[in-house]
Amino acid sequence: MEHIISVTVENKFGSLSRVAGLFSGRGFNIESLSVAPTLDPSMSQMTIVTSGDERIIEQIVKQLNKLIDVIKVVDLNESDFVSRETALIKVHTRPEDRAEALRIADIFRANVIDSTPATYTIEVTGDPRKIEAIINLLQPLGIKELTRTGRVAVARESIRSTGMQAKKIARE
Amino acid sequence: MKLTGAEILLECLKREGVKTIFALPGGVVLKIFDILHQQKDIDVVLTRHEQGAGHMAEGYAKATGKAGVCLVTSGPGMTNVITALADAYMDSVPLVCFSGQVPTSLIGNDAFQEADNVGLSRPCTKYNFLVKNVAELATTIKEAFYIATTGRPGPVLVDIPKDVSMDKAEFTYPSSVSIRSYNPVYEGNKWQIKQAAEAMTKAKKPILYVGGGVVFSGASQELLELAELTHMPVDMTLMGLGAFPGEHPQSLGMLGMHGTYWANMAMHYSDLVIAIGARFDDRVTGKVSEFCPHAKVIHIDIDPTSIRKNVNVDIPIVGDCKTVLRELLQILRATVNGDQRELRKSWWNQIHEWQQANPLTYQQESDGPIKPQYVISRLYELTKDRDPIVSTDVGQHQMWAAQYFKLAKANRWLTSGGLGTMGFGFPAAMGAQAAFPGRLVLCIAGDGSIQMNMQEMATAVVHKLPVKIIILNNRFHGMVRQWQDLFYEGRYASSYLETTPDFVKLAEAYGAVGLRASKPTEIDAVLKEAIAVNKPVIVDVPTYPYENVYPMIPAGGCNHEMILEDPPALKSKQIGAGQVAPKDSDTILTA
Repeated sequence: MEHIISVTVENKFGSLSRVAGLFSGRGFNIESLSVAPTLDPSMSQMTIVTSGDERIIEQIVKQLNKLIDVIKVVDLNESDFVSRETALIKVHTRPEDRAEALRIADIFRANVIDSTPATYTIEVTGDPRKIEAIINLLQPLGIKELTRTGRVAVARESIRSTGMQAKKIARE
Repeated sequence: MKLTGAEILLECLKREGVKTIFALPGGVVLKIFDILHQQKDIDVVLTRHEQGAGHMAEGYAKATGKAGVCLVTSGPGMTNVITALADAYMDSVPLVCFSGQVPTSLIGNDAFQEADNVGLSRPCTKYNFLVKNVAELATTIKEAFYIATTGRPGPVLVDIPKDVSMDKAEFTYPSSVSIRSYNPVYEGNKWQIKQAAEAMTKAKKPILYVGGGVVFSGASQELLELAELTHMPVDMTLMGLGAFPGEHPQSLGMLGMHGTYWANMAMHYSDLVIAIGARFDDRVTGKVSEFCPHAKVIHIDIDPTSIRKNVNVDIPIVGDCKTVLRELLQILRATVNGDQRELRKSWWNQIHEWQQANPLTYQQESDGPIKPQYVISRLYELTKDRDPIVSTDVGQHQMWAAQYFKLAKANRWLTSGGLGTMGFGFPAAMGAQAAFPGRLVLCIAGDGSIQMNMQEMATAVVHKLPVKIIILNNRFHGMVRQWQDLFYEGRYASSYLETTPDFVKLAEAYGAVGLRASKPTEIDAVLKEAIAVNKPVIVDVPTYPYENVYPMIPAGGCNHEMILEDPPALKSKQIGAGQVAPKDSDTILTA
């Protein structure tokens, strides 16, 4: 089963290779991995999409926790979460296709962020199914280049705790 | 006052209480060696190969329980020590390895003797550091010792570029460290401990399955009390030998692939397995799906990843063995009321039956070829009163040593368990001898494995480390030959060594003492002579080349389905010519 694991690590030289090395060394799957600094620049946030049965996921979480540079590990599948991915798609556009390309972008609420006489570069954000869908539709026009960020995800705040937080903020 | 990086390193080592380091110099660490040369607090043991330095540090650590320290140069120095780091990582040995690195300005330029030390060692160290600024050196070293020795111990590498060892910085040594992302758990969960205590008092057929974690945690005393209080039998893993007295009536000896018949049967038929500081290695579990089919499992380990990695666990307790056992004992002392002996009477009867049915045996004829088991039995009888430290290499001799040398105490057994590193034994013994100059240190080796780090004999002679090496010389890679006999129809592909050197002359060539026992009747006298010498000694014992280690659970087999002796086909073959028949004269020929 697919799991999304959110990992907070020390933002320092070598952290990424320790995490990546753990996955390759122990034969765990890694479908996508995205990493960027957090609000606190001394830490980085990784979102790892992986898969495996319950025991493998338990091992992945434990092994990640064991890495000295790892500060926090959350298996997002244990609660509700939202996830998004961005893709940049460069499509070939013959003059007669340009309107079609724009229409498809419009349907998916995607933006054209670069344009040349023969190409559009389209930016689209959404869940993986949405990305797959727009790619399928754009394919007949001819995709010249495609790059995807991999997923990022965050746990949904439960209504109750948000309420409490709001109260706390109000008090402060 | 400002100190150079090299001086800072020295000061840090002193403050960590390091007395001995094992080292081999090279271009980028010369500044460090220069500083070490001008002081008397720390002994520098100059090894002949960096792998030797690493294993010596391991032997030092296993015998003392403190971190072993080694120092190597960049490039090949680093790649040579990798085997020792990987070995220490598998066996949880606290080690701090300092490696030299090319100057920071040259890193990544393919400079002379440059290697990506941090990259190379990442998968085989608990953690590693590249120090880019001398101002960070002291804190880094403090963290390195802290990480190596706390939690589940392991090797840590500190990579020091040449310029960092020469640059100057203000020296202050932090008195403590805290790393926000590293907080090993020592206290076990109280509720789980209570559950475990309850299960232990109720179980009719329990068994304690004890590993190296008990040794490193120093929990032997607690284990002894627990076993005696609850009258439970104790199985030890290869790494756990010595954690519980081998001669104790409740000791069942080693379990696993070459464990005793009764230890494995007791595991298989138990109703409660209490794993303490052990990790359910494949050499212990055999076929996982049929491992301990009737048992509930309690697993006490400081490393959460060990729990439920290979087998399902009913009561997991993450914590330090010693701390958790103390908690357990507190509960059990109050609840156990002397009826445990009665409760487990039929279990013990069963175990005794197993013990009588298939004891460890070998046939030694007084005028026949020397049997390796006999040599180890005699060595044990002749030395047990002196509380020796025993190291082994890897292979048949290692398993016989585990079966026949019954250790009384922890930290006396130096062996390579997880990685199975041939060539480990001799340097490890030297490391232990360096830590305890007055003690008797024995190295039981094979003729194959001793040759993997033979060069360290020069180190042993120079540094006056009077290790006694007993070579069980069968002119084979014996364990390989055994597998070829059992599973490859006796085709001895590259397992027959043909000519081994004359170890007696070899010892003498190094300035050590060489002895040989050629007949069973000579064993005692030769061993006694070796023990009496205050110099490194090699005792060469030509042994019967076709002896196999039993019991044996074939890889992936079930624990209760052991091979107990040579299959008939093999027996008849051995009497015949065999495929490659080593001549009895082989050893003599080279002598």
